Amino acid sequence: MGRYVARRLLQMIPVFLGTTLLIFLMVYSLPGDPVAGMFGDKGADPATLAKIRHDLGLDLPLWQQYWNYMTDIILHFDFGTQIRNGRPITEVLGEAFPVTLQLAALAFAFELVFGIGLGIIAGLKAGRLADNAILIFTLLIISIPVFVLGFIIKMVFAFELGWIEPNVSNDQLVSEMIAPAIVLGGLSLAYVARLTRTSMAENLRADYMRTAVAKGLPRRRVIGVHLMRNSMIPVVTFLGTDIGALMGGAVVTERIFNIKGVGGLIAESITRREGSTLVGLVTILVIIYLVTSLLIDLLYAVLDPRIRYA
Amino acid sequence: MRGAKSAKWVTGAIIVALAATACGGGKSDSGDAKGAVDPNGIFSVELGEPEKPLLTGDTMESNGSAVMAGLFSTLVDYKADGSLEMINAESVTTTDSKTWTVKLKPGWTFHDGTPVTSKSYVDAWNWNANVKNAQGLSSWFADIKGYDKVHPEAEGAKPTADKMDGLTVVDETTFKIELTKAVPYFGHKLAYIVFAPLAESFYKDPVAGGQKPVGNGPYKFKSWDHKKKIEITRYDAYKGPNKAKNGGVVFKNYTTLEAAYEDLKSGNVDVLRQIAPKDLPVYRQDLGDRAVDQPYSAIQTIAVAFYADQWKKPKAIDPKVIQGLSMAIDRATITKTVLQGTREPATGWVAKGVLGFQEDGGAGVTKFDPAKAKELIKAGGGVPGNKISIQFNADGGHKEWVDAVCNSIQQATDVQCVGDGKPDFQADLTARKTKQVKSLYRSGWVLDYPVNANFVSDLFRTGAAGNQGDFSNKELDAKIAKADSAATLDESVKQFQAIEKDLVNYMPSIPLWYYKVNAGYSEKVSGVAYGQDGDPILTGVEVKK
Repeated sequence: MGRYVARRLLQMIPVFLGTTLLIFLMVYSLPGDPVAGMFGDKGADPATLAKIRHDLGLDLPLWQQYWNYMTDIILHFDFGTQIRNGRPITEVLGEAFPVTLQLAALAFAFELVFGIGLGIIAGLKAGRLADNAILIFTLLIISIPVFVLGFIIKMVFAFELGWIEPNVSNDQLVSEMIAPAIVLGGLSLAYVARLTRTSMAENLRADYMRTAVAKGLPRRRVIGVHLMRNSMIPVVTFLGTDIGALMGGAVVTERIFNIKGVGGLIAESITRREGSTLVGLVTILVIIYLVTSLLIDLLYAVLDPRIRYA
Repeated sequence: MRGAKSAKWVTGAIIVALAATACGGGKSDSGDAKGAVDPNGIFSVELGEPEKPLLTGDTMESNGSAVMAGLFSTLVDYKADGSLEMINAESVTTTDSKTWTVKLKPGWTFHDGTPVTSKSYVDAWNWNANVKNAQGLSSWFADIKGYDKVHPEAEGAKPTADKMDGLTVVDETTFKIELTKAVPYFGHKLAYIVFAPLAESFYKDPVAGGQKPVGNGPYKFKSWDHKKKIEITRYDAYKGPNKAKNGGVVFKNYTTLEAAYEDLKSGNVDVLRQIAPKDLPVYRQDLGDRAVDQPYSAIQTIAVAFYADQWKKPKAIDPKVIQGLSMAIDRATITKTVLQGTREPATGWVAKGVLGFQEDGGAGVTKFDPAKAKELIKAGGGVPGNKISIQFNADGGHKEWVDAVCNSIQQATDVQCVGDGKPDFQADLTARKTKQVKSLYRSGWVLDYPVNANFVSDLFRTGAAGNQGDFSNKELDAKIAKADSAATLDESVKQFQAIEKDLVNYMPSIPLWYYKVNAGYSEKVSGVAYGQDGDPILTGVEVKK
C-alpha cells in the first residue's frame, strides 16, 4: 500500500512537468500579443512596448521563460506577476480558489446527497412509478443548458418569490452560494442518480445478494452494506473526476451569479493572454485531479475487498 | 408577470419624481422627509476590475478611468459644448499656441495634506513621459519640447534626460510649457488624466502609488479590495468648483452587465454605466425616467486596409467605390433593429459633443441610396474581385451588425460581402498591427479631447497612431498640418471643419454611427449625469435619505 502510494506520487512529477510545458507552449502559440493588447485600439510606441516586455522577461527566448517560471514556482512558490496589472499571481489565485472551493464543495455535497438518494430510490423500485419519475426528472436536468437553469432559478426565486438575492455579493456569503451550487451540481446530480440506479438495479440480482437474503440478514443490512458498498464503485469514480470539473468548469455558472472564482479567471486569462496566470491555474487544477484520482483508487480497495494494492 | 412588475416600477418612479418636486421649494424644513438629500450619503456604481494599477500615466480603459476621475483633478475640464472650465488652474494662457502659461489656484492640497504646486505638475509630467517608467499614455507629452530626449521612439533606446526642456517652473503657482510647434487645442488636452499632478510621496514608491493613489481631486482614496470593490470618500478640503454633493462612492465589481442590472432592480447597486444587450429592449420600461439614453463622443467606423492587395493592386482604389459602399449601408434601419437604438446614425467623421461638430460633416455620403451606390461603384471601376470582407472580433458583440451591414451592401450593390470574425480582440488587434487585414475592418474612436482635430488629425494623418489602415494622402496631410498649427483654436477648428467636409473625396474610412450611453440608476440617487466619455459624473450625484 505504502509503496503503491509512493509510486503514484512520483508519477505525478512527469505529469506535472508535461502539463505545464504543454499549456505554456499553447498559450505562447495563440495569436495575439499580451503587451500590445494592453493598449487596445489606440496603441503605444515601440519603445514603451519594448520596455514593458523587458521588465516582464517576455523578450527572453521561450525555453528561458519556461525555465525561469518553473524554477520560481518550485524554489520560491512564486507564480510570477500578471502582465496587465502587475499583481502577484499567488495573490490572484489565493483570492479565486477559496471562492471556487466553497462553491464546488456545496455543489458536491448537493449532488452527493440528492444524487445518491434519488439513485437508491430509483434502483430499489426499478421499473415502477418512482423509478420512471426520477428518470424523467434527471433526463430533464441533463437536457437543460446550465445558463437556462440559472436564469430560471433567478427568475423564480429571486424576482418572483424574492427568497434569495439574484447575485452573489462581494462578501460571498455561504447562503448566497446555495443557488449557484444547485445550478452547478444539477447536471452531475442527474448522472450520479442514473449511475447509482443502474448499478444497484444490476447488483440486486447478484449471487451474493441472494446469499445475504438467504442468510436471513435484516433488509437494512442487506441493502446498506452488501448492496450499497458494491454498487458505489462506478459512482465514486464519477464523483472523483467531477471534483476537478466542478472547480475548473464553472465558467458559465460563475458568470451568471457574479462569482469571482477560478472559472472566470481562466476565461479572463485566455482573452488577455496572461500566460503565467493560466499555467498557474491549470497546474493547480491538474494537481487536484491527480490527488483526487489517487484517493479514488485507494477508495476502491476499501469498497471492494477483492482489490489489493501492492 | 413581467408587465405587472414593470408597471410597479413606473409608478415608483412617478412617486419619486413627485416627491422630488414637492420638496424642491423648502429644502431646510423637510430635513427628514423621504426623498430629501443626504449630503453625506454614499452611493454605489457598477464597475469591472480596473485592468491596471491606478496610475495617472497608465489608466486608459474605462474601469480605471471612472475611479481616477474622482481621485484626481486636472488643470481644466470641458463642458458639454466642448468649451473649457478652469479646475485646478486659475488661468491657462497663450499668445501663439506654442508657449503656454499656467497659473494655479492657490491653497490646493493633495489628500495627504501637502500643497499642490507647479512643481507637482512638472515632476508628474516628466515622470509619466519617461520611457523608463513605461507609461501607456506617455505619447500625450509628445507636443512638449524635449519629449524625444526622455522618450526616444526607437525600440530599446535609453533616455538622455529625465526632464523635458519645455517645462519651466516660474514660481509656486506658475509654470510655462513650451511646445515644439503651435498646437492650438493643447489647452483641451490638459483635461486628460495623464496631465494630473502627483504628490511628492508618489516617487518614493510608485507601485504603492498605483494601489493607493494620493490625488488632488474631489474624492480621496479609501480602499481597493481587488475584484470586489473600490471605495472613495469625499475630500472635505477640496477647493475646486466641482465639490462632491455626496459623501463618497463605492465601486462594486460585477462580472457581467446582466448581473449588475439585476442588482439595480433589487436595489443592491445605484448607478450603472451600461446596459447589457439582453436588457436593452426592456430597460426603458423597467426604469421609467431613471433610464438614461444620451449620445457621447464616440464613433464606430469601417476602416479600409489600404495596404491590402485588393485596394492597391493594380492601381490605388478610386474613393468613389468606397463612397458607393458607404451609401449602400442602411444605417437608420440597422441602428433601430439590430442595435436596438443604442447607436445613432453618423453623418460625418467627427462625433457629437466635440468642438467643431457639424451636421452632415460627411456631405451626404452616409445617406442610404442604393441606386446612387451602384452608380458610384461602377463609376469608380467596381470593387476589385467584386467581394469585400469586414474583419471584427467575435467576442465584442459585433457580429450582428457586421452581418447586417454586409446584407445591406449585398442587397444594394450585388457586391459580395462577408464578415471575417477573429476569435477575440487580441487576435483582431494582432491582424491589424501586423497589416494582415484583407479588405475592411471594424474600427472605432472615443474622444481623447473634445476638439474635432482628434477625429481627423489623429486618425487620417500619415503615420498617426490611430491610422492603422495606412491611409496616406499628401494633399490632405498638408491641409491637416496647416490646421494643426493654426494660430488660434477657433481658426484650427474651422479649418478642420473644412477638412471634414473634404474627407468625402478621400474616403479614409466609412463612418457608421455614434455611440450612446444606455444606462440607468436607482431610486436612491438623483442628479445622475453622464460625461462625454460615457462615464457618470460622480460629484453631481445626490443621495436620498
